[in-house]
Amino acid sequence: MYAYDQYDQQMVDARVAEFRDQARRRLEGKLTEDQFKPLRLMNGLYLQLHAYMLRVAIPYGTLNSRQMTALGDIADKYDRGYGHFTTRQNLQYNWIKLEDAADILADLAKVEMHAIQTSGNCIRNISSDHFAGAAKDELIDPRPYAELLRQWSSFHPEFTYLPRKFKIAVIAAEKDRAAMRLHDIGIQIVEKDGEIGARFYVGGGMGRTPMIAPMIRDFVPLDQLITYSEACLRVYNRYGRRDNKYKARIKILVHELGAEEYTRQVEEEFAHMLDQGVEPPREELERIKPFFADPAFEDGPKTLDRTDPDFALWVKHNTHQHKHDSYVSAVISLKPVGGIPGDATGEQIRIMAQLAKQYSVDELRIMHTQNVVLPHVKIADLYAIWTALGAADLGAPNMDSIEDMIACPGLDYCALANARSIPLAQRISERFDASGKTEKLGELKLKISGCINACGHHHAGHIGILGVDRKGVENYQLSLGGSEAEDVSLAKITGPGFTEDGVIEAVEKVTDLYLNRREGEERFLDTYRRIGMTPFKEALYD
Amino acid sequence: MKILTGNDLRTGAVIWWDGENWSLYVDNATDVGENGEEILAREEALRRVNVPYIIEAEATEDGIRPAHIKDRVRALGPTVRPDLTLQPKNPEALDWII
Ligand code: HEM
Ligand code: SF4
Repeated sequence: MYAYDQYDQQMVDARVAEFRDQARRRLEGKLTEDQFKPLRLMNGLYLQLHAYMLRVAIPYGTLNSRQMTALGDIADKYDRGYGHFTTRQNLQYNWIKLEDAADILADLAKVEMHAIQTSGNCIRNISSDHFAGAAKDELIDPRPYAELLRQWSSFHPEFTYLPRKFKIAVIAAEKDRAAMRLHDIGIQIVEKDGEIGARFYVGGGMGRTPMIAPMIRDFVPLDQLITYSEACLRVYNRYGRRDNKYKARIKILVHELGAEEYTRQVEEEFAHMLDQGVEPPREELERIKPFFADPAFEDGPKTLDRTDPDFALWVKHNTHQHKHDSYVSAVISLKPVGGIPGDATGEQIRIMAQLAKQYSVDELRIMHTQNVVLPHVKIADLYAIWTALGAADLGAPNMDSIEDMIACPGLDYCALANARSIPLAQRISERFDASGKTEKLGELKLKISGCINACGHHHAGHIGILGVDRKGVENYQLSLGGSEAEDVSLAKITGPGFTEDGVIEAVEKVTDLYLNRREGEERFLDTYRRIGMTPFKEALYD
Repeated sequence: MKILTGNDLRTGAVIWWDGENWSLYVDNATDVGENGEEILAREEALRRVNVPYIIEAEATEDGIRPAHIKDRVRALGPTVRPDLTLQPKNPEALDWII
């Protein structure tokens, strides 16, 4: 894992001191809210429905047990005993007091964490594959490149006031576990003729105008990675629509110019920049790489006793193939039946930290599906881990099933919401669990957002639900056929919206139709793609 | 009726103008008639409230009910965590929100 150097630590400590002073001046009335708001947002502090909300950055979703423990302690000391893991691989606290915020940032800084660049029109926390450095199917670990990009983008003066927020994802496997093509820039590390390089996708995003990023370059040599990224951003910074918030994301620019013209401009800028010394020296990447070196894996048993059916079910769903055959990556579900997706108590957070320390080389990952990964777990230790998870209500065997849905905070917490998301998630998981249908449905990605900002990725759900406001009453639009994986697609709306009860019935109907019509090993998404929207519409509205 | 709400500057807690002070309980909210803007400007300057605003509400037999669903959620707390609302021991408190 990356560890701060002296420069990183000084920078973060200085920011805490600066914010402490800003918060004090706000509390003393020397700053108005208009003056203070941009300052607090730069430090991840939002004002939500019931309190301030603090968003903590977890770069590329990787953290160690000491950091995770600190997150649990903060939940208990300053919040109301829990935190919320988000689709941005971050953590949010819902009940923060302004007078505590600087102390929390100081506690975070002690464990090399912060809340910088979790808000505002800058390059946000960089996301990556939650199985990075562990997955059997990856080319190399993408995180050194994510870290290089993080260092380049942190405090970059040219990119502090972009036209709009900017999100980058880096992966290095054919399987996309990071919704890479739904980011402003998606980078896939690839191999070509024996050389490693980067493939660039630019202009993806969700929100009110979802777009899939087109590929603009199939291979950028690694010693030009930052220069090429900067060229992409410069063209955006120059032409992005600062006049209209709803058209300001890079996806709109790429769409309006056309991918070809945007690419031409990037290439022109890039050619011009190549001899300007933008690229950090190669030694910087070489300095970063050892932080992500493989731990010393030990050979051990490669098979399991699966006589306990509950354990077998959990292993089947919640483990992922590791590059070392005596290990797996284990997924800790934050989706207990009827629970709030992504929420974990301070105690649960500390238990996960302890398990990472004991069994996973001190490392954890946050998934964009609001779960947690123990990346390097010995097969021999799985039973003990599963037992400990079960005791902490963290053992739901439901990864990638309908019960593993994503739900944004929605109207229960979020000031921008139209409708609640969480109660839908709770009711659907209870219902499908009780009827035993979850297991029959197999992989089914349900994603729920409480408004058009799409924090819950509903555009990318096999089944997506969007909360809308219908004359002051919650209403829900259903959509089908989205995917954020390597077979990326955007979901299409089925038709008129539903009430809360109605949309739950609707999910039941479309899943029933799938079970009736599926062929062979088809997933819900495959059946939808084969038979199209019409039969689903008929089932819903006739 | 027209009532005033905002968040406590220090704690972020949802608060309602009761005519003299800011209360955690919507039922204490007072009808400000046409004086809303004036009170808001004064109270914000005094730093007793953060980003306050005027809303429509109805005085019912059971208490004061903000017109918009968002303010009703704010008035009680997250519907999915009754234990963290202002009336944790009264599950029926949630009934009027949605
Ligand atoms: C509760 C406070 C939150 C606020 C005020 C907020 C605000 C927003 C806004 C305004 C957008 C749209 C940006 C645009 O289209 O330009 C957005 C997008 C997004 N947010 Fe949030 N959000 C919140 C919480 C969350 C949470 C909890 C998550 C994770 C569960 C999240 C993840 C995302 C993602 C993935 C997107 C879509 C990215 C894209 O448009 O490309 N946000 N958010
Ligand atoms: S999708 Fe809307 S309701 Fe949900 S968290 Fe984002 S901004 Fe809030």
